[in-house]
Amino acid sequence: MINMLNMIKIAARNLLRYKRRTLLVSLLIAIGVIFVQVFMAATASYKNIIISQITDAMLGHIQIHKKGYLVSIENVPLNLNLKPHGVEKIEAALKTIPEIDAYSKRLRLGGMISNFTETTNLRLFGIEPEQEYKTAPLLPGRIIEGKSDLEPGQILLPSTLAKGMHLKVGDLIVIIATNKDGSVNGKQFLVGGILDAAPGPGGRDGYIHISDAAELLRMETAEISEIALHLKSFKDIPSVYAQLTQKLGGELNKEGKPAFEIHTWEKLSPFANIAKMLDLMTVFVKVMLVTIVVISILDVMMMSVYERTREIGTIAAIGTLPSRILAMFITEGLLFGISGVVLGNLVSYIIVRIMQSMHITFSFGMREGLVLNPQFDLWSVLWISLIVIVISVIASVQPASKAARLDPIKALKTT
Amino acid sequence: MESVTASGLYKDYQMGKLTVNALKNLSFSIGSGAFVSFVGPSGSGKTTLLNLIGCLDKPTQGKLNVAGVDVTGLNRKQSALFRGENLGFIFQDFNLIPVLTVFENVEYPLLMVRKTPAGDRKKRVLQLLEEVGMMDQKDKFPDQLSGGQKQRVAVARSLITHPKIVLADEPTANLDHKTAYLIINLLKRMRDEMNTTFIFSTHDPKIVGEVETLYTLEDGELNNGQERGDKHA
Ligand SMILES: Nc1ncnc2c1ncn2[C@@H]1O[C@H](COP(=O)(O)OP(=O)(O)OP(=O)(O)O)[C@@H](O)[C@H]1O
Ligand SMILES: [Mg+2]
Repeated sequence: MINMLNMIKIAARNLLRYKRRTLLVSLLIAIGVIFVQVFMAATASYKNIIISQITDAMLGHIQIHKKGYLVSIENVPLNLNLKPHGVEKIEAALKTIPEIDAYSKRLRLGGMISNFTETTNLRLFGIEPEQEYKTAPLLPGRIIEGKSDLEPGQILLPSTLAKGMHLKVGDLIVIIATNKDGSVNGKQFLVGGILDAAPGPGGRDGYIHISDAAELLRMETAEISEIALHLKSFKDIPSVYAQLTQKLGGELNKEGKPAFEIHTWEKLSPFANIAKMLDLMTVFVKVMLVTIVVISILDVMMMSVYERTREIGTIAAIGTLPSRILAMFITEGLLFGISGVVLGNLVSYIIVRIMQSMHITFSFGMREGLVLNPQFDLWSVLWISLIVIVISVIASVQPASKAARLDPIKALKTT
Repeated sequence: MESVTASGLYKDYQMGKLTVNALKNLSFSIGSGAFVSFVGPSGSGKTTLLNLIGCLDKPTQGKLNVAGVDVTGLNRKQSALFRGENLGFIFQDFNLIPVLTVFENVEYPLLMVRKTPAGDRKKRVLQLLEEVGMMDQKDKFPDQLSGGQKQRVAVARSLITHPKIVLADEPTANLDHKTAYLIINLLKRMRDEMNTTFIFSTHDPKIVGEVETLYTLEDGELNNGQERGDKHA
């Protein structure tokens, strides 16, 4: 204990002996730390905003389909819907998982829309509005005209289509759909609202009430194309996914294959790739930090050992054990790491606070004015600090062992 | 009781294909509490011999017993432990640790080489600083001291662990005559008080006059040790 304190005292004095050099190395490490911290805070905030935009606008955090639905999702296949007893099983499983905030049963269909003068293709979600709005809380916000009630007989139209067909809230339209057996059916709807597009597949689809969808497709009871889940916390996705896989993975269809497929938002949205790229860049920035630390510590410690060869010879001659000389120099590396980390985190904190107060905005898809809200994460402070300090120690091992191995006679001869 | 005994001691240095016979067949014995100097012209092997006694180097051949231990078989770590335990060193260039104060320099061996309890440490350091007359300078750093003052601190540092033997390779070479004389007398006084064996090397004739036993090295060979009195008789 006394020795440790004394070693720290000697190391600290040696660092202060070359003030400018010490300051320079600490600054270098600090700059590396600042880079990582600020980059991580900014990208984490960016990612969270975008992900919640994606998941809360339409997708949900997790979706469950009948096996094989996702690969043909663009065709809205009616023969791959979940039958009532399958839905029952899924709902029973969902009720046992407390992390699930809400879920929405959706019946998806493709059809034709006509304003009595022109006709075009349209894909639709048949939904129970109350459940859907809990699952995709940003959906009501996407309604730029009209109301969000979505009573039976009403339709929410994507804005591009409404513009193209010159439709306004309150207009009458007809939806024509073909069911699984090939019989065609039509139904009149009132335009209840106009929807802003959401990012991702299905972001330009319309919404009708699920009872209307069932009627259009001549179903006795509505079949379900997908069940979208909204979780209480984004962080629960892996655990809920694991629970669902465990609970539903055992359900087999007649061919003995799994009956359902479960996907997280990452599998459903192309933004997941951007998110992964941001993660990769974070790794890259971290590698840069480690490189800076290794090179600067190695360099400065080598210089120290070289300059203090005679001193090392002296303490070795009077009986200081090689292991202790090693420890003395490693302590110096440790102090370098600590001073860089303290300085770096302090400045990072200030920068993040400044960024918060600047209200940096960006747009994503149709959404504008999203405010970047970087957070100074205490866990990442601990992690980065630990990594930098450990790397500092590791980088000083080589110079320190060089010092410990010096031959006292030769070392004493140097000037 | 003998402090150092050597018999048939050789030290060769290999310089490429050339072999330098730095020490040739030395045999001597130094009693405990002796005040001994090796003298001889430059290149005669004084430093080489002191390095062997100081356990900083190994003889090529021969027996060497220091403080009752055969030191020829010690490995690196054992040598370091042995030096910390039994030897004190005084250097020509003082070699104080520049980042430590006078007090801390003297305290260093107790802290980093031995593990002496704090209270005991302080008492011993202050006492020794008093002895060497550096008490009033105890909080200064080495670069604030004169050469003579530095060497006083170095003397205190070498004695703080109560070593059996203090080795000093030309301890006065960087000091003026008056200071050199004072330092030698300080060493002598410490020997009288602590009964430490002092072995040093010098070619300063004024210092030679203060020594009790003199060994003359010439070209790596030893002329018999002689009492000061004998020499002048
Ligand atoms: N590391 C070494 N490699 C090769 N030869 C050496 C080495 N150290 C000493 N020598 C040689 O050994 C001989 C004795 O050298 P040493 O340093 O012991 O002499 P010295 O009596 O201390 O001289 P000085 O009074 O100049 O200090 C010299 O010839 C020297 O050149
Ligand atoms: Mg010499």
